[in-house]
Amino acid sequence: MLSVENLTKTYKTGDKALSDVSFSVEKGQVVGLIGPSGAGKSSLIRCVNRLVEPTSGAIKLNGTDLVGLGAGDLRRARRRIGMIFQEYALVERLTVMENVLSGRLGYVSFWQSFTRRYPGSDIERAYRLLDRVGLMAHADKRADALSGGQRQRVGIARALSQEPELLLVDEPTASLDPKTSRQIMRLLIEICQERDLPAIVNIHDVPLAQQFMQRIIGLRAGQVVFDGTPDQLTEDVLTTIYGAEDWTAMRKGTEEDEQAERDAAREMARLGA
Amino acid sequence: MTSYPTTWKRPPQIFKHRGWRIGLQLAVLVWFVLAIGTIDANWERIAAGMERGLRFVQGFLQPDFTSRWSDIYGGLIESLTMTFTSTIVGIAISVPIGIGAARNVAPRAVYYVCRGIIAVSRALQEVIVAIFFVAMFGFGPFAGFLTLSFATIGFIAKLLAEDIEDIDETQAEAIRATGASWWQLINYAVQPQVMPRLIGLSLYRFDINFRESAVIGIVGAGGIGATLNTAIDRYEYDSAGAILLIIIGIVLIAEYGSSYLRKFLQ
Repeated sequence: MLSVENLTKTYKTGDKALSDVSFSVEKGQVVGLIGPSGAGKSSLIRCVNRLVEPTSGAIKLNGTDLVGLGAGDLRRARRRIGMIFQEYALVERLTVMENVLSGRLGYVSFWQSFTRRYPGSDIERAYRLLDRVGLMAHADKRADALSGGQRQRVGIARALSQEPELLLVDEPTASLDPKTSRQIMRLLIEICQERDLPAIVNIHDVPLAQQFMQRIIGLRAGQVVFDGTPDQLTEDVLTTIYGAEDWTAMRKGTEEDEQAERDAAREMARLGA
Repeated sequence: MTSYPTTWKRPPQIFKHRGWRIGLQLAVLVWFVLAIGTIDANWERIAAGMERGLRFVQGFLQPDFTSRWSDIYGGLIESLTMTFTSTIVGIAISVPIGIGAARNVAPRAVYYVCRGIIAVSRALQEVIVAIFFVAMFGFGPFAGFLTLSFATIGFIAKLLAEDIEDIDETQAEAIRATGASWWQLINYAVQPQVMPRLIGLSLYRFDINFRESAVIGIVGAGGIGATLNTAIDRYEYDSAGAILLIIIGIVLIAEYGSSYLRKFLQ
């Protein structure tokens, strides 16, 4: 179970991306996170595995508070959290198999990963997952040889190979066509049910969220303004979330992404220390 | 109906005022005339030199590969050995320095140290470094090997660091999100992205090093350059011509070979 308590994120420039966000996600529950660009969806999801450093608050995954973990403990916590990205974020020049096995990096030694000698159970799991997402025949292809939908399936297999206790999904369908989007969403939902996995899914597409999610949280300007079932998401609620026409929020969206990137770069530098 | 103009002129971009533009052009012209006046050409010497120049050109037209062949062959082998060893050693040292000099993967302190090493290596021209090493270790290919290794570090490390800074960060983010360590991040997210370019740069550096080995040989760092220097000192322009033709030939082979390999690797 994941519980987020009073989470606040203020970027160095003084922009408040999240203020006092609290919610919890039960086992097996798939939560859709909707809101306009710049509402803090991307920051929220990245605060959970601390790709973005939260300013204050607590994030508890099955009892452990992820905020304030040291480098080693953070790595051990991250390997329990699978993440799926908007632009798939596969390592393009590695094979599909290497991409799936890279989900095991937190569990194996550097030498094992460097020589690509993963334990037999990891390799078996990787094949099983590739079969599950329907890409058994593509294991030895390079990731950049696949189509968008296939790449996202590899992304899902990579996240699952971590044997995660939580899935973070960032705009999984934003780069896909409507049909592939629905296939990918259905696959995600099925997998979460099979494994009793909780998931947080950032999603732009409101109808898609209503079709697939069990619960929807609406963010606006870094605050939770709606938390309920898809049926409760009425026109009025959508107006509170998105506003009639909120141009300033859209401009803030790109700013927020840039800040998240800068934060990530700093984090990388810190890890090296 | 409004009538629109039928002519258009590009507005001045840098100096908006006409006076500034004319003044600046005049200043450059005056400077150029004054400067060229201070280069005094010795016309008698030039007339005498024409004959020597002609002999040099004739030497090229009738290159003599045979009479100094054993010297040429020895110099060539020495140069190729120097090139090969210095490229390998230089790259081996450049890779860690290049990673350290990439702002997005290295901690601040390491970054500044590595950038400093690169700056020193790039600031010193090969010939100057060669003179220094010859003074330190004596004439011969060892000084040349050290010079070329040193120059390779500045070149490869700088370009590698820039390539690492340009990687697709989302791939790195995804690898970090799996709980990977820093070494695993380098191996899984950075290396696949920069490897083709690193190989291309290494091959390119190989032919730069061969060309440089000819130049630094002239200041005593061994190799084909030393042979070339001896031939010119003895006024054996036909042998010198043969050596230059061989250098051009090998550079061409290396050039085409490396561009073919780079295309193959992409």
